[in-house]
Formats: sequence, C-alpha cells, structure tokens
Amino acid sequence: MTEPNPTLRLKGIVKTFPGVRALDGVDFDVRPGEVHALMGENGAGKSTLMKILAGVYHPDEGQIFIDDRPVVIRSPIEAKEHGITLIHQELSLAEEMSVAENIFLGELPRKKWGFVDWKTLDERVGTILQKLNADWGPRTRIGSLSIAKQQMCEIARALTHSAKIVVFDEPTASLTDAEKVVLFDVIEDLKAEGVGIVYISHRMEEIFKITDRISVLRDGSYRGTLNTRETDEDEITQMMIGRSLELHRRNIEHAEEGEEVLSVEGLSCGRLFQDVSFTVKAGEIVGFYGLVGAGRTEMAETLFGLRRPTAGKIRLAGEEVHIGSPSEAIEKGISLVPENRKEQGLVLGMNCRDNITLPQIDDLTAGPFVANGAEVAIYDMYRDRLQIKAPTWRTLVGSLSGGNQQKIVIGKWLSMKPRLLIVDEPTRGIDVGSKSEIHKLLRELAHQGYAIIVVSSEMPEVLHVSDRIIAMHNGRITRTFSADAVTEEDLIQAISGLTSDKAA
Amino acid sequence: MAALVGRLGNGDLKGLIARNGIFIAFVVFMIAFGIGVDRFLTFQNLENVVKTTAIIGVIALGVTVVVLSGNLDLSVGSMLSFGTVMVVDLHDKIGPGAGILVMMIAVLALGAVNGLLIGFLRLNSLIVTLGMLSAIQGLTLIYSGGKNVDIDPSTQDTTWFRVFGRGEIAGVDMPIIIFFALAVVIGMIVAYTPYGRRVYAVGGNPTAAVFSGIRRNRVVFSTYLVSAFCVGIASIILGSRVMGSQNTVGQGYELLVLAGVILGGTSLLGGSGSILKTVIGVLILGFIQNGLLLLGYPFFAQWIVTWVVIILAVWLDVAAKRGRLLSPIA
Amino acid sequence: MADITATQDGSGANRFLHWIIHHPIWAFVVIVFIFFSVMNEHFFALGNFKNILIQASTLGLIALGMTLVMINGNIDLSVGAVVALAASLTVDIMGWPMFEGWGNWQILPGVLAGLAAGVLLGALNGFIVWKTGVDAFIVTLGAMLGVRGLVFVYTEEQSFFAMNFAYSDFGASSLVGLPTLALIFLVFTALVHILLSRTVHGSNTYAVGDNREAAVNAGIRVGPHMMINFMIVGFFAALAGITLSTQMGASTPNLGTNFELWVITAVVLGGTKLTGGAGSIIGTFGGVLAIQILRNGMNLMQVPAFWVLVILGSILIGVLFLDKQLNRKGAEELRL
Repeated sequence: MTEPNPTLRLKGIVKTFPGVRALDGVDFDVRPGEVHALMGENGAGKSTLMKILAGVYHPDEGQIFIDDRPVVIRSPIEAKEHGITLIHQELSLAEEMSVAENIFLGELPRKKWGFVDWKTLDERVGTILQKLNADWGPRTRIGSLSIAKQQMCEIARALTHSAKIVVFDEPTASLTDAEKVVLFDVIEDLKAEGVGIVYISHRMEEIFKITDRISVLRDGSYRGTLNTRETDEDEITQMMIGRSLELHRRNIEHAEEGEEVLSVEGLSCGRLFQDVSFTVKAGEIVGFYGLVGAGRTEMAETLFGLRRPTAGKIRLAGEEVHIGSPSEAIEKGISLVPENRKEQGLVLGMNCRDNITLPQIDDLTAGPFVANGAEVAIYDMYRDRLQIKAPTWRTLVGSLSGGNQQKIVIGKWLSMKPRLLIVDEPTRGIDVGSKSEIHKLLRELAHQGYAIIVVSSEMPEVLHVSDRIIAMHNGRITRTFSADAVTEEDLIQAISGLTSDKAA
Repeated sequence: MAALVGRLGNGDLKGLIARNGIFIAFVVFMIAFGIGVDRFLTFQNLENVVKTTAIIGVIALGVTVVVLSGNLDLSVGSMLSFGTVMVVDLHDKIGPGAGILVMMIAVLALGAVNGLLIGFLRLNSLIVTLGMLSAIQGLTLIYSGGKNVDIDPSTQDTTWFRVFGRGEIAGVDMPIIIFFALAVVIGMIVAYTPYGRRVYAVGGNPTAAVFSGIRRNRVVFSTYLVSAFCVGIASIILGSRVMGSQNTVGQGYELLVLAGVILGGTSLLGGSGSILKTVIGVLILGFIQNGLLLLGYPFFAQWIVTWVVIILAVWLDVAAKRGRLLSPIA
Repeated sequence: MADITATQDGSGANRFLHWIIHHPIWAFVVIVFIFFSVMNEHFFALGNFKNILIQASTLGLIALGMTLVMINGNIDLSVGAVVALAASLTVDIMGWPMFEGWGNWQILPGVLAGLAAGVLLGALNGFIVWKTGVDAFIVTLGAMLGVRGLVFVYTEEQSFFAMNFAYSDFGASSLVGLPTLALIFLVFTALVHILLSRTVHGSNTYAVGDNREAAVNAGIRVGPHMMINFMIVGFFAALAGITLSTQMGASTPNLGTNFELWVITAVVLGGTKLTGGAGSIIGTFGGVLAIQILRNGMNLMQVPAFWVLVILGSILIGVLFLDKQLNRKGAEELRL
C-alpha cells in the first residue's frame, strides 16, 4: 500500500520554555486529503505545537517539512505563505469590522493604489457564506453576530485561498448541531480538494466521525498515531492520560446532611436566567450542569452580589438576605471561586500570600499596618492543607502552574471560612493529577460540613463530586437528579432542553 | 517540581534585576556624574537638586498612588496653578492659615470630581483628567481674572507662610523635609497598610479585586484625593517659595511628574511600582538636569536626555518581563 | 472600513438619522452653529466662516493624522513639539545665506526640511513602539519632552522671523475663493478620509486597533503599519507647524504647546475610541469644527477665553459620560 507523500511533516520538534519542556520530540504528519486528529489533555502541548505551525513560536530542535521541503516558519505571515491556515478556538476577530473584512483580514483584494476591491470582496465572501448556509451578509458587523456565527466566520477563513494545510482548533466548541453539519461538509469539501486537515478536539464522537488518523500527545511528548478505523475511545483515552479512565465512578459516600444553608426561590436576572429555585444543605455538594450560556455562572455571580436579581428571594440559614456586592456576600459567609482564575480569581502580579489574604486583609492588622506574621500563618496553613507547590510565599502567582493557581484561589476562599462555597469550573485548564486532587478536596470539604455549589461543564466532574445535580438549559432549571439515580443520557437530554418534565 | 523551581529561580533573578534596575541605575549614575562632573557630589549641590525637585517630587507621590491603581492624572499641573494662585491670593485676604485651609478644601474638591468621574462613573482617566486639565486652567484664570497674584511685598519677610518654601530645620531646607516626610508617610501607607494592598490589587487586576470583595470604586476615588492632597502641599511650597504666582505656573508639570514616575519604574498599567521608586525617579530627573548644567550644556538639553532615559528605562523593564529584548510584533 | 450601514433600506431622512447616530458630534456642530448664528450678528458671515476654517486648519491637520494613530490604538503626545520644531527649522533654514540667491525658491528647502523632520520623528516614534514594545503613550511622552528640548537647544530659545514676505503672504492668500490654508486642510481631510475608508491600509488601521492579535494572526505586518501611521501624524504636525508660522510670519520655540491636548480632545469628540478600532475622519472633522466654532463664537460674544477652557473640558467629559450611558448593557450587567 503506497501512501501519498505528506503535505506537512513535523520531525522531532522540541520546544522548551524556561524550565519546562513543552514539546519533547514530536513527530506528526498530514497527508493531502486527510483529516488528522490531534488529541491530548489540556497542557499536553497541542496549542504549543499549533503556535509553532503558525510561526508564533520557533522550535528549539526538529524540522518542519512542507511537500518534503524543509521550511522555517518565522511569523504568521510566513505560515500563510507556506499555505498553512489556522482556525483559532479563541475567536481572532476584529469586532467592529464587517464579516467580509474579517474573513479576508490581511489579504483583502486590492485594486490599483492600494484601494480595497469591495466588489470582488463582496462576491467572494457571498459565495463562501452561501456555502456555509449563512443567513447574514458580508457587510454585517461581526460583533453583532452570535458567538456560533462568529465561529462560522472564523471557519470561513479556511476557504479564502488555496490553503494546503488547515488547522481547526476546537472548532465546534460553540456550534449548534446544524452548524456542525455545515462544518463537516466544509471539511469534506476541503478533503476532496486535497487539503490536509489537522483537527483538534476533545469530542470523541466528532473525532470518530470525521477523522482518518489520530495522533496523541501527553505531557509534551508524542504517544503515537492510530488509524481511526482501527481503534476505539478507550484506547485513545488511555494514550492520553496514561491509565484507564475512572471518571465514571460515582460519588457514593454521601456526607451527613446538615441544616439548610441556602435556599433560593424564583431567582431571575433579566434574560440571563429565570425562576431558579433550589436549596443547599450543609455537607452537601450540589452540581450545576449545563451548556455554556445556560445561565449557571450568572446565577452564581448573582448569589455573590455581582449581578442584581430582577426577581426572587435568597435565604441564608432561613433568613432572607439582599446581597448588593461581593463584600456583602463575603460578610454573609459566601465565597465564590470564579470561572476564570486568571481574569477574576487572581492578581497575577501579586505574590501567593497577598492573593490568599486579599479578601480579609482589613482584619489582619497590627495597628494601622498589615500584620505580616498573621498573613504568613494563613498562607502556610493553606499551602500545607492544599499542597500548594510554590517556592516561597513571595513567588508571584503568575509564574505558578494552572493547578497551583487554582489551589491559591480555593485557599483564598477557604480561609474566609464560608458557610457556602460556590466553585465555578473548578478544574478548567488543569492537568489530570491536580484535577483529581481538587475533586477529592471538594468531597472532603463537604464531609467537614461546608455547603458547596459546583458549577461545571464537564459531565464526569459533576457526576464525580455531586450529591445532587441540577441541570440547566437556556436560563432555566430543567431537572434535578440525585447522584445515585442519574444516567448520562438523562443529563444530556436535560441540558439540551429535550425534556422539561420536572422529575425529582 | 525541579523544572518548576528552575523556572521560578530564573524568573526571580530576572525579576530581581527588573525590580531593582532603577536603584542600580541610580547608583551607577551618581558615581559616573560624581567622577565626571566637578562640584556634583557636594552637599551644597545635592541639597540644591533635591530642593528644586521637591515640588515635582511631592506631586509625583500622589500621582504614583493613582498610577498604582491603574489610572492616570494629567490634571495635576493645572491643579498646581490653581492651588498656588489661590493660596497666594488668599494670604493677604483672609490670612495664611485660613488661606491654606480653603485652598486645600478647594483642591480636594477638584480631586473628588476626578475621583467621582473615574472611580464611580468609570470614565476613562486619561480623557477625564485631560478635560479637567483644561477646565481647571480655565477656573484658575477666572478666579484670578487673568492677572498674576502675589503676596504683599512688605509682609513677605515676616509672614509665617514663608516657612514652607524658604525655611529650614537644622540647616536642611523645608521643601526637602516636607518632600521626604510625605514620601515616608505615603510610602508606608502604600507598602504596609490594607489600603495600600487594595490599591495594588485594583491596579493589578481590577476584576479580581472586585471578586475579592474590594470596593474598587472607593479605592480609585480615594487615590485622586491623595493626588489632590499632594498637589495642595506642593502649592503651599511653591507659593511660599515664590511669594507670588502666575496663572500658568503648573503648566507642563503633569508630564514632568509622569516622567519621574515612569522613570522610577512604576508601570502605567497599574499594580506594580512603589513610592521609593518614584522618589528615585524624580531625583534622577533632577540630577540629570543639574549634571548637564554643571557640564555647561543648555538648560533644555536635560529634556533630550530625559527622552532617551525614559524610553531606555521602560524598554529594559518591558524586556525583562517578556524575556527578550525586542518586541515579537512583526 | 466597509460601509456597514444598510444603505438600501429607508428614506433619506432615515439615512440621515442613522448617520447622525454614528456621528453625534455633527448634531452638536449644528446646534452650536445655530446658537451662535442667533446670538451674534457677526457670526453668520462668509468672512467669519473662512476665519473659522483657517483657525481650524492647524489643529485639524494634526487631528487627521492623530485619528489614524488613535484608531490604531496608539497615541502621539509629541505633536505639539513637532509643530515647533518644523516651524523653527523652516523659518530658520529659508533664511540661510546659501539660499539667498534663490529668490522665493529659498522657501522650498526650509519647508522640505521641516516636513522631513516631522516624518522622521514620526518614524522614530513608530519604530521605537514597534521594536521595543513600549506603550506609545510613554514613547511619545518622552518624545514630547525631548523634541521640545531639541527645539529650545536649536533655537537657543529665540524666535525666528521670516524675512521672505512671500512666506507670510502665503498664510493670508486665497485660492479659488477660499483661503489657501483652509483649502489645504479640506483637501487633506478628503484625502485621509479616502485613505481610511477605501484602502487596504485604512482597513488594516481599524483591524490593528480593534484586535491587534487577530491582525498579527492574519498576517498583517503590524509594526511597519503602525510606523507608517506615526509618520503620517508626524507629517501633519510638521505641516501644521509650517502653516501656523506662515500665518505669523515667524516661529517661536513655544509654538504648539498643549496642541496634543487640543488635538486629542477634537479626535475624541469626533468619536474615535481611545482603545482603538473605531473612529472616522468625518467625526474628527466635526470635532475640530466644534472646538473652533465654540472658540470663535465665544470670542465674538466677548466671553473671556478662560470660559472656553472650562466649557471645552466639560464637553470632553460630558461626551465620554454620554457615550458610557448609551453603551450600557442594562440591569443584567456584571457589576464590577
């Protein structure tokens, strides 16, 4: 069997950042007309590899071949010249500009004197949009489109010029099913034209539906390539995490349930979420599960005083409260570990100790000054308890790994000794090891009598840590499950709004 | 773990140089000028430099607090004109004590306007203080009717008001004492109190500060009061030293002050820097001016040197943080 | 930038409404125009309109370049100093003995030197921003001091006077019934408008300011692009310095002090965002006119100049406040 020569071949790519070997001898190739999946846990090196292809990073060792010729890619411009197109996961769009300008950003058709050839542009974009079944025009302001539609425009960039290689980085993260179908059609077309496609995704069903081969990275090293038809999910998962998955194991050890800590009745906030009612008892973890935009995070932010509810009641230990700001929430014993630790959770340029003590700094004083000893004591306590790995408390938080950063945020809020702990996406972007540590920690905290709300988009996580699971869809609670009785199918149905019968 | 420590160790060393580059530069600079320029390292000369720097220095202390919280204050120059004109004008009308009091209240009120607009209404600080620069300059001219003001020459040598600009304690000029005393007080507040910690947090990451229960609006508001307070003190020194004032005496100060703050190494993005750095930054500006004059260069040659020094200082700072000299932009 | 408005629908009135929503400064221009026309008999006169345009030309020219730089997400604080440098160079060089025999042509080397100085300093600012990655605010703040220092050192703090009267006559001359300086301003306004709205460079100007990373990813050479815009604003600052000195027949080392503040005020009034990515020459033109009509009208009404400062400052802040209020997302907003 003769294989066509690969369009793109990476050989022995090594990339180190100060002290970290992000990529350690990665081999990878893409043949013309092939869809090649690249898989791996967060932090496995996929994005570093992609940035090398894009010319943002430069490999320390190894070579890149395009059509068997060795090339050096020094910048995104050169990547483009070599026929490599990247479709970014994080939208790379100029919001104020039109759809057409965004799709052709950096390669607008020109007339004489550097004038933009609007006519050609509109025609070409019109054709592309038609192919994408778009119901919006080339002159629409891209910032006014929904995220999914913006993502489709991002994808449209793959069609602007004759690319040899198109890299899709998590393209379906925010797409609806109908749009996915369009995307897969686009990929089929590109395949038929002989374009080599790199497809990065976490979603197994997509991988097995559209790819020809699968390559796996783990901790920056290359673990092998398999033909999609000859493998299955379990094998891939094992390659990715180095052991078999145990995430399906449920949490069965319920803690002793205590007093009702929080009771929410008919809580609404404009169009974000409506009529949300639930209770949380001491010693209990309630998991909130739903798609992005279902209103879970917004609900948590409302409980923390960051949004003003438009209707409904919040009771803490039976007493009705109004929470006007985070500082009021903190006074009332609520802590929120936010969704985005870098933007919301941490002051990256501050040291570990100062970050942990920030919410209670007013109480840690000796005279007018901050009491150094008290602060260090708090830091030491949570460093030991959460096994935070940082050289000293003076280390800037920005230089810690994601897992340790998350532990700092959790430590910060545990040290407030809250009655109610809300944790939003506790393990997003964290390596597998830290993930299970944090899950274990959450269970322990429940056993110690904390009332905990966990908001998560990852089903295994919700299944693993919760005593009860509340599914949300489109700003409303669709169903509530007890952890013992829930099935994955039920959960998926509940969060996609397929059934809305309220079973207990 | 080893890799982690390795990375941090490396970063710490770089960070150490980045954080303290200004001190090293200061020492090198002083030694070089001390060797190269006669009469530079004499007590007389050094005292003279610090004295002339004191007014910019005092204002820079307040502006540093504003910048640490992630904002700008371009209105300090015209606020200085306003304060000086007012305190000088009121001296003869209602007496020095009452004059100082009224002026301080007026200046703090202007600071409060800045603070309300930027802290509570969340308007862009560059534009707001730019607008205030213009508005306060106008107010000053309206107040004075466009005329220069001065203190009655017959009382100039007898009023106790002269102490702030012309007095001395134990042979040290009063402006120097005020500058350093204020630097110590504000420096301690910023570095060692919960308030200071909140300022750094708001400047470092305003969103995370709010998520940590810090009332960001109040913090930002308060920094403009600190800034206005410092301008008030500077107005007293300036008015007392000159015993009179032009309407536009503070014009351009906002940028000289900012130059000193930046040169010291306080980041305009907020959250990083210190009062000590600002003091050194302002002093370096003063010594550049003095050294060049002693070397016989024209007065304004200092601005050309300042241009180069500011860009080099910030460039090195930025380069140390990103780990490479040149920007990665193509 | 592409004309995003849906032009096919709606009547003329509708289109006007749409247009005014995008350029609210023009509503303000119309209001102050009507106000002063009613309040002062001398305001509504062709001669006065010409005056306004001449007075507006200095700030206006610089504002054209500043608009590009600010849409890029940068800023240039050194324009005022460049005004003084270009004016001083031009007036000084044309008086050099070596050009004595050139007749009126002696003006040319002076003007070329002045413009070249502006473009070069712009290039220097842009190059530093590009290569060092230091924020444009700091780079041009340094240049503002440094270039002003150059001016003082070069001129030895003296004013220069233009000995060739053709130079100062130029400042008062007319062409096709319009003052030449006003004409220069209008022509360049049209040119920069076309550059910004119809060319690839113009599109890229928005893209770089809107999302610099996206522009880099898309293969736009962001560094050289920004440098070109700094050169353009340098050119316009120099040109403004030269036209200003033709009006005075002289240059002073203090020329252009605070111009950066006025120009930024005009550009922001015209709707350009400080963070970049949005703005237009039509808006900037409106902003410049608004300032100049106010100054002119208040001057005619014998309002002391002090009040203009207060009113301008208040308007600047007021515009910012209105913009903020109009862009609120409402009650659901995250309260940070």
